Amino acid sequence: MPYKIVAGQCTNCSACEAECPNEAISEQGTTFVIDPAKCTECIGHYDTPQCVAICPVDHTCVIDTALPRYQGAPA
Amino acid sequence: MASSVLGSTAGEPVVDIADVMQKMAEHKGCGTSSEGGKASCGSSAGPADMPPEIWEKVKNHPCYSEEAHHHYARMHVAVAPACNIQCNYCNRKYDCANESRPGVVSERLSPEQAARKVLAVASTIPQMTVLGIAGPGDPLANPRKTFETFRLISEVAPDIKLCLSTNGLALPDWVDEIAKYKVDHVTITINMVDPEVGQHIYPWVFWNHQRVEGIEASRILMERQLKGLEMLTERGILAKINSVMIPGVNDMHLVEVNKAVKARGAFLHNIMPLISAPEHGTVFGLNGQRGPSAQELKALQDACEGDMNMMRHCRQCRADAVGLLGEDRSAEFTTDKIMAMDVQYDAEGRKAYQEAVEAERQAKVAAKADEIAGLDAVGEISVLVAVATKGHGVINEHFGHAKEFQVYELSAKGAKFVGHRRVDLYCQGGFGEEDALDTITRAINDCHAVFVAKIGGCPRADLEKAGIEPVDRFAHEYIEASAIAWFKDYLANVASGAIVHVERGDAAIRQGAYSGGALLAG
Ligand code: SF4
Ligand code: SF4
Ligand code: SF4
Repeated sequence: MPYKIVAGQCTNCSACEAECPNEAISEQGTTFVIDPAKCTECIGHYDTPQCVAICPVDHTCVIDTALPRYQGAPA
Repeated sequence: MASSVLGSTAGEPVVDIADVMQKMAEHKGCGTSSEGGKASCGSSAGPADMPPEIWEKVKNHPCYSEEAHHHYARMHVAVAPACNIQCNYCNRKYDCANESRPGVVSERLSPEQAARKVLAVASTIPQMTVLGIAGPGDPLANPRKTFETFRLISEVAPDIKLCLSTNGLALPDWVDEIAKYKVDHVTITINMVDPEVGQHIYPWVFWNHQRVEGIEASRILMERQLKGLEMLTERGILAKINSVMIPGVNDMHLVEVNKAVKARGAFLHNIMPLISAPEHGTVFGLNGQRGPSAQELKALQDACEGDMNMMRHCRQCRADAVGLLGEDRSAEFTTDKIMAMDVQYDAEGRKAYQEAVEAERQAKVAAKADEIAGLDAVGEISVLVAVATKGHGVINEHFGHAKEFQVYELSAKGAKFVGHRRVDLYCQGGFGEEDALDTITRAINDCHAVFVAKIGGCPRADLEKAGIEPVDRFAHEYIEASAIAWFKDYLANVASGAIVHVERGDAAIRQGAYSGGALLAG
């Protein structure tokens, strides 16, 4: 669901890929993308979204407003 | 190749080893060379003033030994794109092959591709003795890729030395792994040992799953860097420190850094000028932070020298550079090309080449020893001279073809290599000749003379007008012996009153990283 990567800003540095606790991030062609089905906004893992914290380009890993916020693990 | 081919005595034109190698490796050669005591560039120290085990480690290492960097080549592979900190002089957003600033590469490799590339290059260029991983991010922020690359290479080519370059944040966690792969050279970029200073260089570090900002970021970074350095020293792994000189931010402070790293066993300290221009898009580039002038850089390097080895031949190379310091042959080894190559690792040929180089090096040392005699009467005068060379310690480059000039300081102590100056290509650049010549004049404005293999009439006249004497009578002879011979004439002329000795002004450092050379930050 919630975070996405702004493709035009991504440097392809791969830093976020290794930090994601859910393996939600992978390389797709010339940019990295977040699988919305796997992203949990890092809730339950860390205080801050890891991709946002390590990304060298500000405002590149952002909330995807087109999708609902993460609601916690399905019951 | 028999080593006798390379023998040569002072004064005689040197056997053109470049020619021999051309056939052997289609290698163009590069250039810096100067050896001698510690008074020279420190790492140019020979066996006499260095413990034997350290000399053994550095003698073939182009980034560490200023003497070796003339004869041996290193390459970097770009397997490590991620970084765990942010520096104000780095912007990893743009990948521009033209400006090739630190932290930028055009091609990312998997560990398997990287290992293949290394073997392909080592088989083509017998003097390739060092493999470095230096970025474009931080190798230790990409530990799996970095150590997998080392593992693959050490299996097939155990004679290749491995080194890596890091910002140090993750270093303490990986020192044992580094030791395991026999990585015996590590470069740490340390720009401060005081978080007050550091906060103006590092906006944040990624630490314990958080982005830490402000002064705390630099406190963590500094502690980790110094701890990592101590751990390397305890294990007998050579550590080189790189520092970026940022005028008004850490320039004076680098003397403190020098003391701190010396005390913790660092073997070499390399102070590099800040590379900063608005078009780089870095924080420093955008806020107008300037880099140092050549004179400022040299003054700081001199202040730090003491009994510490200073490295003055660093060219701030790209992370994917291939070749001798100062040249880049990476275009010959793109991923497509290496994947198509039939690679045969030629251990024998490599050994033969390296033996030949040893002989050449001995000849050079002998040539210099002869010339230095009789210089004691010089007094206080010291001058800088620029040299156009393609390598092997010989004046063998045409003025118009030189991409850079080696700068030597001549004094009662002899000839000491103090740095290099990049210049635009004068013959091939797309600029008018006048502009290009002007660039060169500005880059070597602090020099009294420029030594070349050849020079045209027009640039000769212009140089003379700028007060720089063009000298071509030592074409194809050893640099230091020739420089000292010229210096003796110069002094004789000053003594007889034929010329008056005047100090020269400062010179400009050209902005933009060189696309070949030693390691910069991780
Ligand atoms: S917010 Fe957390 S879970 Fe979502 S992609 Fe980023 S690192 Fe992964
Ligand atoms: S950390 Fe940022 S720049 Fe790097 S790959 Fe991830 S989204 Fe792209
Ligand atoms: S450590 Fe290296 S890659 Fe990382 S931000 Fe600094 S210069 Fe750039």
